[in-house]
Amino acid sequence: MTTTYVLRGARPLGGEPADVVLADGVITRIAAPGTAEVPDDAADVVEVAADGHVLLPGLVDLHTHLREPGREDAETVASGTRAAAAGGFTAVHAMANTSPVADTAGVVEQVWRLGQEAGWVDVHPVGAVTVGLGGDRLAELGAMADSAARVRVFSDDGKCVHDPILMRRALEYVKAFDGVVAQHAQEPRLTEGAQMNEGVVSAEIGLAGWPAVAEEAIIARDVLLAEHVGSRLHVCHLSTAGSVEIVRWAKGRGIDVTAEVTPHHLVLTDELARTYDPTYKVNPPLRTAADVEAVRQGLADGTIDIVATDHAPHTREDKDCEWGAAAFGMTGLETALSVVQQTMVDTGRLTWADVARVLSANPARIGRIDDAHGRPVAVGEPANLVLVDPGATRTVDGAAQATASGNTPFAGRELPGRVVATFLRGRATVLDGRPVAEAVAGRGGAR
Amino acid sequence: MRHLLSTADLAKDEAIEILDTAAQMAATQSREIKKLPTLRGRTVVNLFFEDSTRTRISFETAAKRLSADVINFSAKGSSVSKGESLKDTALTLHAMGADAVVVRHWASGAPYQLAHAGWLDAAVLNAGDGTHMHPTQALLDAYTIRRHVVGGAAGQGGGLRRSGDDGVGADLAGVRVAIVGDVLHSRVARANVWLLRTLGAEVTLVSPPTLLPVGVGTWPCRTSYDLDSTLADWRPDAVMMLRVQRERMSGGAGAFFPSPLEYTRYFGLDARRLALLPEHAIVLHPGPMNRGLEISAEAADSDRAVIVEQVANGVAVRMAALYLLLSGTSSSATEGTAL
Repeated sequence: MTTTYVLRGARPLGGEPADVVLADGVITRIAAPGTAEVPDDAADVVEVAADGHVLLPGLVDLHTHLREPGREDAETVASGTRAAAAGGFTAVHAMANTSPVADTAGVVEQVWRLGQEAGWVDVHPVGAVTVGLGGDRLAELGAMADSAARVRVFSDDGKCVHDPILMRRALEYVKAFDGVVAQHAQEPRLTEGAQMNEGVVSAEIGLAGWPAVAEEAIIARDVLLAEHVGSRLHVCHLSTAGSVEIVRWAKGRGIDVTAEVTPHHLVLTDELARTYDPTYKVNPPLRTAADVEAVRQGLADGTIDIVATDHAPHTREDKDCEWGAAAFGMTGLETALSVVQQTMVDTGRLTWADVARVLSANPARIGRIDDAHGRPVAVGEPANLVLVDPGATRTVDGAAQATASGNTPFAGRELPGRVVATFLRGRATVLDGRPVAEAVAGRGGAR
Repeated sequence: MRHLLSTADLAKDEAIEILDTAAQMAATQSREIKKLPTLRGRTVVNLFFEDSTRTRISFETAAKRLSADVINFSAKGSSVSKGESLKDTALTLHAMGADAVVVRHWASGAPYQLAHAGWLDAAVLNAGDGTHMHPTQALLDAYTIRRHVVGGAAGQGGGLRRSGDDGVGADLAGVRVAIVGDVLHSRVARANVWLLRTLGAEVTLVSPPTLLPVGVGTWPCRTSYDLDSTLADWRPDAVMMLRVQRERMSGGAGAFFPSPLEYTRYFGLDARRLALLPEHAIVLHPGPMNRGLEISAEAADSDRAVIVEQVANGVAVRMAALYLLLSGTSSSATEGTAL
């Protein structure tokens, strides 16, 4: 027996209010507000007051670090996916830089199974492009694609597939199973020892620079390679104005490239490094205000297809130290939607329908999970949904988040919007803004 | 002044106060008994995460001449083998009741974290952090320049001489300083650019383009790739030669210049270039020198060179910094008595 949910007065994609009924894992009815009647035969009905709340398809993150296996002290599949649900996600792609690396069918199936058991969101493992992320030879991409995890996204994220012939081979090879290579664009020689964006701030505060050109040069090379071999390419977390220009040029040329930006690159700048607080150490690094404006523009005009969190939990030991010794990365699953609302919706640059596109439909399509996620809010569609109260504000408290790590760069900041409820195949994973533990326990789900 | 972390934080009157206090300290150092009772009962910890015998003994001498108890804590470690963390070290020093922590660290910003993370409430003196700052070096450089160029110390021409008393009370308005060498990796250069600017001096950084940071254009100084024309045409009152680290020349494709010989050819200070300088100009070097690379023996040993005096002035400046940070506060008296 599943619970039937009646969302009273919700605004699908920010449009006109309606009653939306979820039952048996799908959207069964969309009616004028106040008119949806509870089915007589439904034993277990929950009404959700959703006046003024925006109803979106469940968010899809193409770029999450769940840290398991290997760094369960920073995050587990269970804690990371709980954080994802709290942030409004119904599917995440788990990056391959675990220990052991997700470069075999065995490891990707393990992560996939852990996601099933946790039950908070659908976990889609990303496979490593090269063995051990070593950049030397291709991992068995076919085996991962054919595994139970059905991997379609391949990435050495954290490392760049910098060898041009290896990148070419990877781009070509994944065509056989409609895969995509998601490149972490970082020319390694130009970024040896790099600590932060190279520019005015790094020059003053004496931290080794990570130049924009090290990102842009790889993106330029990769779009040309993708064009040459007729493959699709996904650019992870682009961060510079130049990268936006290159992707815009490539799309204008018809190259099959998609690009992502992180929430933090939409709002934070390298000025924060002046605090020497390693919370702000991230890769690619926070850039300048001009870059922030360029990525917002790129997201608004469609040059950048998606927002992906690059949620990168780290233990306190790895952050409570010198900047130069600290790990790169910041958490993002529980703040992503709010940051997008603040930077793009509240500024009039994106509508809620656009948010559904960049945080759900597009990432689902790129990851080839668009049979279940990123769907329209319509009768008969899977009830993978998130209900957002855009009028709420909240002050971020790292310790209160569901993620096991506290390295949020937004701690103490007030952000707009609050996830009220998240539904995975009609089951509430979040209700009244809180993860619903009992709803998840013992449930498997995906496929 | 609560901490001394960066010369960029120093206001002009604060900087001059340190220099003037250093002059008073220096005056006591020609006495037979050099030790002052000023910091008796206070504890100064020299916390060195990176080897630097010269800086450490300079701070140690300064603290001891002020009668402070000095503890040397060598916590050499790298990012790879971290050992005890910065935080634990700070908590340890806090528990031991250190009044001032003099910190040298390989990581840019580590002294800033010590001062601001809430692990420690001692005064923090930055004795050099990564490629960021080395404030007492810049202060001793400014002190030395002021003494010679503004004050017209004995044996020098006294080019801009405005004061007969080693420049006490004066700033460095109008003084021209050329800083030559590896600016990119130099905390000495960064510390000097901001301090000298605050004091009214004009600075030109002279360096091969590979050793100037991207973003240097916003710094309050000029830059040049041409040492000869800087010396002959800009006519600096002081030339500061920076040490070139040997590893900057290795690394194959990543080397910053083709060879030591080529570096010396374009950026080394030798007798010929020394002769291009105005008669009163002085030559500084933070040490240790690479004789024959950035500075020739003739230049290093010439009567223009004030390099040995810089060492002596370093003690006076560090005495002044410790004195100003620790006098007037009494954290040890209030907290240390609770046994």
